Amino acid sequence: MTDRIVGARLHYEDSQTLERFLATGGDQGLRKALLELTPQEVADQVTTANLLGRGGAGFEAGRKWSMLRKAPRRYLVINGDESEPATFKDHLLVENDPHQLVEGATIAAYAIEASFVVIYLRGEFALGLERVQQAINEAYARNALGRSIFGSSFSVDIVLQPGAGAYICGEETSLIESLEGKRGFPRIKPPYFPAVIGLYGEPTIVNNVETVSNLPWIVQHGGEAFKELGQGRSTGTRLFALSGQVRRPGPYEVEMTKITFRDLIFDQEYGQGLDPGRELLAFIPGGVSAPWFFPEHLDIPLGQDEVAKAGSMLGSGSVIVMDDSSCPVRSAWRIARFFARESCGQCTPCREGGAWIDKILRRIEEGEGRESDLDLLLDLCDNISPGIKWPPAQTTICVLGPSIPPSVNAAIQHFRDDFLIHIKEGRCPHA
Amino acid sequence: MARFSDEMLSRAEELVALYPDPRSATIPLCHLAQEQDGYVTNEAMAHIAELVGSTAAEVQGTASFYDMLKLEPVGRYVIGVCTNIACMLRGAYELLENAEEVLDVPVGATTQDGLFTLEEVECIAHCDQAPAAQVNYRYFGPLDRQSFESLVSKLRSGELNEEVPPHGTLIRIRREAPAVIPMEEIDRNRAGEAE
Ligand SMILES: Cc1cc2nc3c(=O)[nH]c(=O)nc-3n(C[C@H](O)[C@H](O)[C@H](O)COP(=O)(O)O)c2cc1C
Ligand code: SF4
Repeated sequence: MTDRIVGARLHYEDSQTLERFLATGGDQGLRKALLELTPQEVADQVTTANLLGRGGAGFEAGRKWSMLRKAPRRYLVINGDESEPATFKDHLLVENDPHQLVEGATIAAYAIEASFVVIYLRGEFALGLERVQQAINEAYARNALGRSIFGSSFSVDIVLQPGAGAYICGEETSLIESLEGKRGFPRIKPPYFPAVIGLYGEPTIVNNVETVSNLPWIVQHGGEAFKELGQGRSTGTRLFALSGQVRRPGPYEVEMTKITFRDLIFDQEYGQGLDPGRELLAFIPGGVSAPWFFPEHLDIPLGQDEVAKAGSMLGSGSVIVMDDSSCPVRSAWRIARFFARESCGQCTPCREGGAWIDKILRRIEEGEGRESDLDLLLDLCDNISPGIKWPPAQTTICVLGPSIPPSVNAAIQHFRDDFLIHIKEGRCPHA
Repeated sequence: MARFSDEMLSRAEELVALYPDPRSATIPLCHLAQEQDGYVTNEAMAHIAELVGSTAAEVQGTASFYDMLKLEPVGRYVIGVCTNIACMLRGAYELLENAEEVLDVPVGATTQDGLFTLEEVECIAHCDQAPAAQVNYRYFGPLDRQSFESLVSKLRSGELNEEVPPHGTLIRIRREAPAVIPMEEIDRNRAGEAE
């Protein structure tokens, strides 16, 4: 069986062109959906496939669709805001297989009978925006979009929306606010899902770029075939983004649960290990909101439940490697600083807590810290997310706030000595 | 310098017509304003408000939230060096220091000739090419001092004009498609099918 689904075309140099797309099975999933299946049958295939959302939360796509409030108008929004640090899989998919994204979005639109579709890409993806708009233009030109697609009774439009630089707009309710022309302030829950109240107050499905990029394959080959890949709840493949201090950073599509972090980081086929003479210090398994892993976690398979059981998350599928030349205090600080800068400011624990953690970690890294700072940091973390547990408790409107403590806590728990050296010697020992 | 020119206005009106609610065009229109003037001017915000049916204050409230939307003039090229974790682990802060030296401006400032503005930015999703930077949102990496210097001199000489167009992330984007289907028609078809 194949281990390439969303990335199947990426090895072609012209993978972004319509010619390559059509020569490699393009449109076949959409044609089959529209001409042979009912919307419900498409949704059933996706439920059978157990396709988990690839945007970070890992929610079953089929189940999300089934939660749509019944209303005459409903919207579909594709989330291509991709700003989680070290996550770059959607960047690759929008630039190098934009037709697959448009086909997948159209299939999803049919399955949920959407009235209107928006593909929202972060504004920095200038080239990606150009390629997706071209793919949309070409789809209209061959009647793969617009009125009566491929002669079926289904009609829909896709509009491309650029973001303008704000990590928080990846959070789905913030994205919807942004799409309504406002600041990207996440909405207060409940309702927990835009499937109840979304864009312009209507039921809306928000799905990630990679999630819908799987749909052409699922429709073509069936949900069962997808489910045969992987194990348990983790079905199909995932495009992992490997970065940091590894010899060959890159995107690697692998069958879920079939390889371990050790394989991904050290195998010749993937990361090819660390620089000569270096040892692994730590790695983050799923974006900077996730608790860190250490060498003892290397043999955990890349699967949703497997990683969750070990106390972290697969999240956005980005794996960040830190070797022993790096400073854990500095890494924790840089992550905290990111959240502090990107907090939308609506909730006090996130806005104030994040800013203080940024400041305190920075002063420790610069050799100006005090021993009491460690307890102070943990106390701040506890104020943001009571108990500092995993999964984190939430006192804020969205989970950006509770995403701050995991790396701070991981660094303090595992590298306390490093912190103390910074404080006692008044400098960073790694600088 | 100001309101949309005739050509920009027709592009703006096309964008407004795409959405069930015209206010959804606010951010795209801000990008157009930036393309025209280099940044989003007060006059442009007032014009955008007229076009989308909101107020200038609302447009400013929105525009001021987003990092890409500049409310003050910036250089012809905005260079953003990413220092987030994946780039930092591969020397981003050293690159940023080098960039300050090469351009002879501190982070946040614009060179005297108005050519370059240097920014430190958060992750741009180019992490396998770390340390990475963007120039008017066109991506480059991995960069070291030498390749950064050569990037800057190519920008100066105009050698990268094709690869790095002036401001405006929508500058090369044109929608070529029939007008969007009116929501009422979609609603009607839906009702027809249900019968
Ligand atoms: C702070 C924050 C940032 C997020 N950023 C993204 C993002 O860039 N892309 C994305 O698809 N989902 C992001 N999400 C998750 C979305 O809220 C949403 O769950 C997801 O788009 C749903 O798509 P999926 O079910 O297909 O994964 C983010 C969530 C939070 C709280
Ligand atoms: S948790 Fe932070 S980012 Fe999320 S809504 Fe509150 S202040 Fe904004």
